[in-house]
Amino acid sequence: MVTKRATFKGGIHPAYNKHYTESLNIEDMAPVKQVVIPMAMHIGAPCSPVVNKGDKVKMGQLIGKAGGFVSANIHSSVSGVVAAVEKRLTSDGQMTMCVVIDNDFEDTPCDEIKSHDIERLTKEDIKEIIASAGLVGLGGATFPTHVKLAPPEGTKIDHVILNGAECEPYLTSDDALMKEYPEKVIGGLKIIMKLLDQQKGYIGIESNKPAAIAAIEKLADETIEVYTLDTKYPQGSEKHLITAITGREVPSGALPSAVGCVVSNTATAASVYDAVMNGKPVYERIVTVTGSGIKTPKVLKVRIGTMISEIIEFCGGLTDDAKKVILGGPMMGFAQYTTDVPATKGTSGILCLNAKDAAIQEPSNCIKCAKCVGACPMHLMPMYIAAYSQKLDYDKAAEYNALDCIECGSCAYVCPAKRPLVSAIRVAKREITAKRKKEQEAKK
Amino acid sequence: MSDRVLTVSSSPHIRSKQTTMSIMRDVLIALAPASILSIVFFGWKSLLLIAICIVSCIAAEAAMQKFMKKPITVGDLSAAVTGLLIALNLPINAPWWVALIGSVFAITIVKQLFGGIGFNFVNPALAARVFLVASWPTHMSGSAYLPADAVSSATPLAIWSGESAGELPSILQMFLGNGVYGCIGEVSAAALILGGIYLIIRKVITPVIPLGYLGTVAVFSLIAGLGFDGMLFQLFAGGLMLGAIFMATDYVTSPATPLGQLIYAIGCGLMTCIIRFYGGYSEGVMFSILFMNIASPLIDKYIRAKKYGEVKKNA
Repeated sequence: MVTKRATFKGGIHPAYNKHYTESLNIEDMAPVKQVVIPMAMHIGAPCSPVVNKGDKVKMGQLIGKAGGFVSANIHSSVSGVVAAVEKRLTSDGQMTMCVVIDNDFEDTPCDEIKSHDIERLTKEDIKEIIASAGLVGLGGATFPTHVKLAPPEGTKIDHVILNGAECEPYLTSDDALMKEYPEKVIGGLKIIMKLLDQQKGYIGIESNKPAAIAAIEKLADETIEVYTLDTKYPQGSEKHLITAITGREVPSGALPSAVGCVVSNTATAASVYDAVMNGKPVYERIVTVTGSGIKTPKVLKVRIGTMISEIIEFCGGLTDDAKKVILGGPMMGFAQYTTDVPATKGTSGILCLNAKDAAIQEPSNCIKCAKCVGACPMHLMPMYIAAYSQKLDYDKAAEYNALDCIECGSCAYVCPAKRPLVSAIRVAKREITAKRKKEQEAKK
Repeated sequence: MSDRVLTVSSSPHIRSKQTTMSIMRDVLIALAPASILSIVFFGWKSLLLIAICIVSCIAAEAAMQKFMKKPITVGDLSAAVTGLLIALNLPINAPWWVALIGSVFAITIVKQLFGGIGFNFVNPALAARVFLVASWPTHMSGSAYLPADAVSSATPLAIWSGESAGELPSILQMFLGNGVYGCIGEVSAAALILGGIYLIIRKVITPVIPLGYLGTVAVFSLIAGLGFDGMLFQLFAGGLMLGAIFMATDYVTSPATPLGQLIYAIGCGLMTCIIRFYGGYSEGVMFSILFMNIASPLIDKYIRAKKYGEVKKNA
C-alpha cells in the first residue's frame, strides 16, 4: 500500500461546502408508506415490469427485467403489494413507467438475499450475480456495471480504479461510505480485480477527505494502491481520474478500456460486494441531503422509489427561503420544479439552495477573457463553441470539438460574464449528433 | 410545499464570484499606484485629466447606448477603465478638450460602434491615443510632456534616440519615476509592476503576456548590444510597462490560449524593439500592441487548445 499524489491539467476550485454533512454518520431514512420505482433509471434500455397490480412482492424481488444487454434489472425496495404499474413523473421531467408498491413495513427479504461463499463462485457466477442484481454506476451516471466489467474482446486491462474523488461540491455520500464501510469498498474492488484478472487495484480519493483516506488505507493491503488526488473539480470525471493515476489520456470518443482502464465508483464497488457476498440487489443508496435550503442536512440511506418530498420532510423540510432543489451536485445535477418525484439509483444528493444561493445572474457580453479555456479539463475552447452554437453554426462548433465536452460546467462556473456556456454547448452537441445520425442513415 | 415556486435552470448551479465588474474594479485598483504617483509627480492637473477622461468615457457610453436603445452597462466599469487608461497615456500639457475628444472617440467609435464590450477589435484606449497623436501632434509630444518646473528637456526615449538633447535619468529614477518625463501614468515602472502583481494574484491576468512581452524586449536589447543597463533602460522607459501589463493584456484583443498569448507577446516585444531601435519613432509600444491586436484573431484561428485525448497512438 502506497499513497501517492496525483492530478490533471485544467479544472476549477469552487467553494466545496462539504461542511454541511461531512461530519455526519449515515442515517436510515424512515420507511415510507409507498414507493414509486421507475423502470428507467440507468443508461440504456428501460426495464419491462414483471409484476402486476395486486401482486405481493418481497424486498429485493425482481420487479423490472432488463430491456437488453445495456440495461439493469430493477428490484423492489420494500415488501408489500403492488398498487399500480403506470406512468408517473420522474426526475428527468418525463412520464416514466413506474411500479408503485404499498409498503407492508415488514421488509420481508426475497429468497435471493443470502450469503454466498466467494471461494466457490466462478467468474461467470460473479458476472451473473452482478448483472442480475441490477448494479449501475452509483456516482450518478448509472451506467450498467456488468457492461463496464465486460471490456470489449481483445482489450488488455491493466488498471482497475475505484473513484472516490467525489469532486462535486456539497456531496459527501461516498465520503461517508468510505469512512463507515471501507471493508465493502475494498471487498468490492477485490471482487472486480478477481473478475478482470488483476493483481493490483487503485483507489483515488480527493485530499479533502482525510478520514476516508485513513479508513481505506487502514484496510488496504499490498495489492491496493491509494492515491490522494488534488482537490480540484472535476477530479472525479472518469477520464481525469485515469489521467491523474496512470498519466494516460483516454482517446477522443473511446472508452477507458482503450487505455487499459476500468473505473468504478466506490459506492458501486460496495454494491458489488453486497451483491456478490450477500445476494443483495441495488434497492437502496446513500443520498446527501444538503445545502442552505434544508433545515437539517443529513446523509441518508434511502430506499429507491422514496419520494424526494418525503426525504426532504425527513430532514426537517425546506427552509422558508429555499428556492431551488437539485438532484445530484451543484455542477452537474438537475434542478427540479417539483419534489414529487422518486429517488432513483442515480440520486447521489438532494441539494436545496436558498434564494441567495439560487439567484441567477444575467449574462452579459463575452469579454473573451479565456478563463473558460484555462478551466476546461478537456482543453477545449468553450467560448467559441458556445458562440458558434448560439449563431446556429453547428459545423463550426463541431470543428471546435464540441462533442468532446463532458458538460462538467467548469467553463460556465468561471465565466465572469455569467454566460450559459454549457447549455449552448449541449445544444450544439445534440444538433451535431442528430445531423451525423441523419447523414449515416442517408448513406444506408 | 405545493405553493412554493422552485427555480429551474441548467447546470452548473453555482458560479464563481468573479464578474466583469469585479475584474474591471481590480484593474482600477491595480492602476491606483500609477495614478496617485502621476498626481505626485505632475500635480493636480493629472487629477483633472483623469477625471475628465473617466467622466467623459462613462457619459459617452451611457449616451451612445441610450441612443442605440441598448441596455446601459456603464456599471460594469469597463468605460471607467478605458477612461483611466486614456488619461494615463496623455502628456501633462494635453488640453482638456483633447482628453475629452480622445475619450469620446474611444468609446463611441472604437467600442460601441463595433458592438460594445467584448467586440472592439483594438484596445480603445490605445486607438484613442493614436488618434490624438495623429490629430494634434503638438499637444501629444515634445514639450507637451514637460511640466512648468521641468529640469530636463525631453522624455528618456527621445533623448536616447537622439531626437532631443539632454541628460538621461538614472536607472533607479527610471524605475521609480521621479524626475522622469513621459505620459502621466507611464513614468513609474515600480507602480505599474505593483499593479501587475496585484492583477496576477487576483487572477485577473496570467503572467504570460507581460512576461513574454518584457522578456522579448529584454532579450532583443541584449542581442542588440545595449548591455545590462541598456536593457533595464528599455524595460523601464516609455510606455512599455503600462503597455505590457495593462494594455496588451486586454482580454478582447489578445489571443485565448497560453501559446497564442506567448506568440502575441513576443510579436509585441519584437515590434517595439524594431520601432525603438531602428525606426524613426522613439516610442514603439502603442503601434506594436495595436498591430498585434489586429493579428490576434488570426493567432486564435491557428493556435487552438490541444484537446484532451487528441489522437494518440498506442497510449
